[in-house]
Amino acid sequence: MTASPAIDAPDKDAPERIGRNGRRLIYRHPLVIRLTHWINAAVLLVLLMSGLQIFNAHPALYWGSVSTFDTPALAITSEESGGANRGVVYLGERKFDTTGVLGLSTSGGVEADRAFPAWATLPSGQDLATGRRWHFLFAWFLVINGAIYLLYGLFSGQLRRRLIPEGDQIRDFGGSVKEHLLLKFPEGEEAKRYNVIQKLTYCGVVLVLLPAMVLAGLAMSPGVDAAWPWLPELFGGRQSARSVHFIAAGLLVLFVVVHLVLVLVSGVANNLRGMITGWFSIGKVRPAGESAR
Amino acid sequence: MILHRRRLITATAGLLGTSLLTGCDRFAETDAGRRTLRLGEDANLYVQRLLMSGQTTAREFPDSMISPWFKPNGSIDPPDSAYKALAAKNFSEFRLTVDGLVETPLSLSLADLRALPSRTQITRHDCVEGWSCIGKWSGVPLAELLKKAGLKPQARYAVFHCADTLEYASADGAWLRPSEPGTVRAAHAAYVQLAAAGDWGGSPTGAADAAANDDAEAGRRPIRYYESIDLFDAFNPQTILAYDLNGKSLPVSNGAPLRLRVERQLGYKNAKYVMRVEMVSSLAGLGEGKGGYWEDRGYEWYAGI
Repeated sequence: MTASPAIDAPDKDAPERIGRNGRRLIYRHPLVIRLTHWINAAVLLVLLMSGLQIFNAHPALYWGSVSTFDTPALAITSEESGGANRGVVYLGERKFDTTGVLGLSTSGGVEADRAFPAWATLPSGQDLATGRRWHFLFAWFLVINGAIYLLYGLFSGQLRRRLIPEGDQIRDFGGSVKEHLLLKFPEGEEAKRYNVIQKLTYCGVVLVLLPAMVLAGLAMSPGVDAAWPWLPELFGGRQSARSVHFIAAGLLVLFVVVHLVLVLVSGVANNLRGMITGWFSIGKVRPAGESAR
Repeated sequence: MILHRRRLITATAGLLGTSLLTGCDRFAETDAGRRTLRLGEDANLYVQRLLMSGQTTAREFPDSMISPWFKPNGSIDPPDSAYKALAAKNFSEFRLTVDGLVETPLSLSLADLRALPSRTQITRHDCVEGWSCIGKWSGVPLAELLKKAGLKPQARYAVFHCADTLEYASADGAWLRPSEPGTVRAAHAAYVQLAAAGDWGGSPTGAADAAANDDAEAGRRPIRYYESIDLFDAFNPQTILAYDLNGKSLPVSNGAPLRLRVERQLGYKNAKYVMRVEMVSSLAGLGEGKGGYWEDRGYEWYAGI
């Protein structure tokens, strides 16, 4: 962080050194990015688990301003079937048996009617009041941490470099798809920047999904709705906002799962070192005379 | 190689997740943890009050959007004999008390209340559990009553004492409950003892004497619902004591004969079965001192989110 902005860049201008084993290391992630990344990860985990606790208090979703109790868009519940209790999920008219995980699960040997199981919620036991406390405190952390990331990203140029694909990358979109299907990622100069699918995904998560998440969350607040009546309408009503909030949470979980899988298959040690120390290996130093490609 | 690594990482993550969750739960149960978690409420109150004025009102909806069924929640049929006696006579003997830090205490019948200026509003009710209903409420603005009674300068909060008993605290500190109103944490044994030992404000009007004797004989103290709002919300034009829902007298399940509507906050602030409005300078002497039945059980006093 003591270096000039150019030194922080994860692109062609990034500082470079030769590591042990003769690998080329670039300084890919500046300190602010690393810190906000890990804080964000922890905060999102708390928000997810306390969010599931809150959802459990009324495990059904609706579209519009109000709850249409008889016709929920989604409901996670338990019901008796053939003398035994079953956990079920209703998605509109369709019904799925989810015993053991959703609707009915066991915790400490005790069977409980709860939408999400104890291991997925914060607190683990049914406790809406404490779940709300966690959620609303960590929502502030998410917003503050996100604001720091965005402001730093804008002024350092990191946001553009990380999120916006360059012209040649868009033209070679098919090539990037192929790389992902073969799980074979570039080394050398090309590894100095994020690939096009990566940039577009981060762009969607950072600039669309997370802001939508925050806005949909705020749209559920009767106080904010009184101050900003347009906000719930943006989503088609408060219950729609609640459903969007839930779906966005699901998409974030999906993103994190794919992100973790790609971290694992594209060199877990290198990726972790990159996000902890900043230094990321882009492959072996080529013997003199060999061409770039 | 990858499979092994993946299994190792899954196992580590699982172990880390479980211990993290236990750690978080333990943290939330300490005093420091509770204090920390409450910071979010302070921030929300501060910021939301910056976004609105005392006169900012919640959106009002057209008749066509009224929910066909307004879900009753919490108490839906108070077990109290004094309340049942009032209900049996269609609340003709009901009187609302307005007292505490006021110049002129009031005692008003339903007819008196209906003769005062009224306000009708079609608003969305948001339950802390997550659901919403839209209903049409008619009632007397709280500001009318407070102007009529005249506030003393020390008055800072309006406290709503309700007729419905949610649980009993017995003399020996054991905890008896007439019904399951919702999720209550087991960790409240200490609180119940406190409640049994201390003075529980909010007993309703004189009609409750017989019931109070029954409770005294049974060695138990009824814990009734109560709520509180500050003057910022008390003088909002939409803050009314409602006697009608959707053009008809309020049903018992929705809080007959009178319930509070405070439209910028969640459902549990909208106390039902209101018997008495007490103006106070501090919430410390009431219940466990947090300003409401659910607040005493961990919920936020400021329920704007």
